[in-house]
Amino acid sequence: MSQLMTVHDPRGYPPKVVGKRLAPRLSTLDGKTIYLVDCLFDNTDVFMEQLRQWFAERLPAVNVRTIRPKETWSDDEQMRAAIAADGDAAILGVGL
Amino acid sequence: MGMPRLRQAYTPHPVVDQSPAHLRAYIDGNDAVSGRPFMQEVLEGLTSPLEDADLTGLSFERTTPRLIEPDTDDNLQRLFEENRWTDMLPIVLPTEARVEAMLRGTSHPPEKIVGRLRPTVFRESWEFTVEKVAVNAVMAGARPEYFPVILALAASGMTARSSSTTSFATIPIINGPIRNEIAMNSGIGAMGPYNHANATIGRAYGLLSQNLQGGSVPGDTYMGSQGNWYAYTAVLPEAEERSPWQPLHMQKGFKPSDSVASVFFGGWYTHAGYGPRATWQEKMRHALAAVEQYSPPLFVMDPIVARGFVDLGFDTKEKLIDWCAENALLTAREYWDNQSIQLLRPKAVAGVEPYASRLKARPDEIIKIYEPSDINIVVAGGETQGAWKMISGALRATVSIDAWR
Repeated sequence: MSQLMTVHDPRGYPPKVVGKRLAPRLSTLDGKTIYLVDCLFDNTDVFMEQLRQWFAERLPAVNVRTIRPKETWSDDEQMRAAIAADGDAAILGVGL
Repeated sequence: MGMPRLRQAYTPHPVVDQSPAHLRAYIDGNDAVSGRPFMQEVLEGLTSPLEDADLTGLSFERTTPRLIEPDTDDNLQRLFEENRWTDMLPIVLPTEARVEAMLRGTSHPPEKIVGRLRPTVFRESWEFTVEKVAVNAVMAGARPEYFPVILALAASGMTARSSSTTSFATIPIINGPIRNEIAMNSGIGAMGPYNHANATIGRAYGLLSQNLQGGSVPGDTYMGSQGNWYAYTAVLPEAEERSPWQPLHMQKGFKPSDSVASVFFGGWYTHAGYGPRATWQEKMRHALAAVEQYSPPLFVMDPIVARGFVDLGFDTKEKLIDWCAENALLTAREYWDNQSIQLLRPKAVAGVEPYASRLKARPDEIIKIYEPSDINIVVAGGETQGAWKMISGALRATVSIDAWR
């Protein structure tokens, strides 16, 4: 029988996960303002424009606005404040 | 994130390079994960009532054990491979005795926190100790005398397992006395599999990155479309004694007696050439125009090449770097028609130079694509050939190795 060995686990230590509640949902989208957040990767502006057009065609009662952070990969507090000030919901586009 | 029930909808990959009609088809089609209509997922995500679990999120502690349940050599090798804790090559199992021996390579205590790493900027950072770095150094086959170099790389904050779809690698350049103390090779075959320290330090950097940051798993924590051979092992000591120029670490303000690791993020493209021959300027201009412009060049020049450039009047690296910056040229159209350069557009729009001027240029206007500070040169090679390589590499961190002795 082969000899048993004790070895170390090679993994680091993950951070504690702190629960966050989701934002309240809307009962209807009619008359509401929805921000489309373009993450600024290549061609994401084209995707978001297609999404805006989808809303314009299918749900014209929804006020849809596209918004962009100052830079890619950065948390833009001013952008978040603008959405919070006059938006009812936001769709974040992430990826490329 | 603590929001396991965050409402998400997925299009197919990729978005980049797809036409408006193609992207509209994504929107009109099905969610790539759930298989339900994509817009149904979006609209329900916005309007479906929340449930109790949505209101509290999910909080929990996670940890990893110090030791693994005893098992046989074969079974443990299989376990490490199945858990993707390896680079798919056999590893040296990190027994307590081997890790203890590795720890004797530094004066720092095993429980000391070395740093944090993550696969990309929007993911969580994992933390790790000196002992955890030692475990990965053992797995790579490194020797205790290499450990200060490995700790410095771990402390750099730069992962060697970026999750980028572009398949970046991370390439450290080592300068100072430590190179000779641990018998690194900056001569014949410096970038090949011919030296124990070069090979295992680079491998250790990769293994520690993937394991200490919480993984590098294709489709999850690794999205590199093609992968990168540089990621197996890529570390290079500069041939300071045979170079006619100031070594890299002194260019960055360190003393000759300092041992330093300079960490480059790249490995994306590699050009090569001889020389400098009679047509070296044309060759270099062609190579500089053929880069992926988001990732600046790190030149690795054999001492023969370096001395050749000195003979041409480039008696400092800086003079040759200035020439390269003056001659790294593209039309504005070509420069901006690049996925990654698009990421710089917001800075350009905001007036940040030099990007603002590059954006103002007419599409057919020739523009300089690098500042001298973007470009680096190191000297390495065995002088069997006047060879140079131009490797994609942006300098992201310069760390003291002496601090980890």
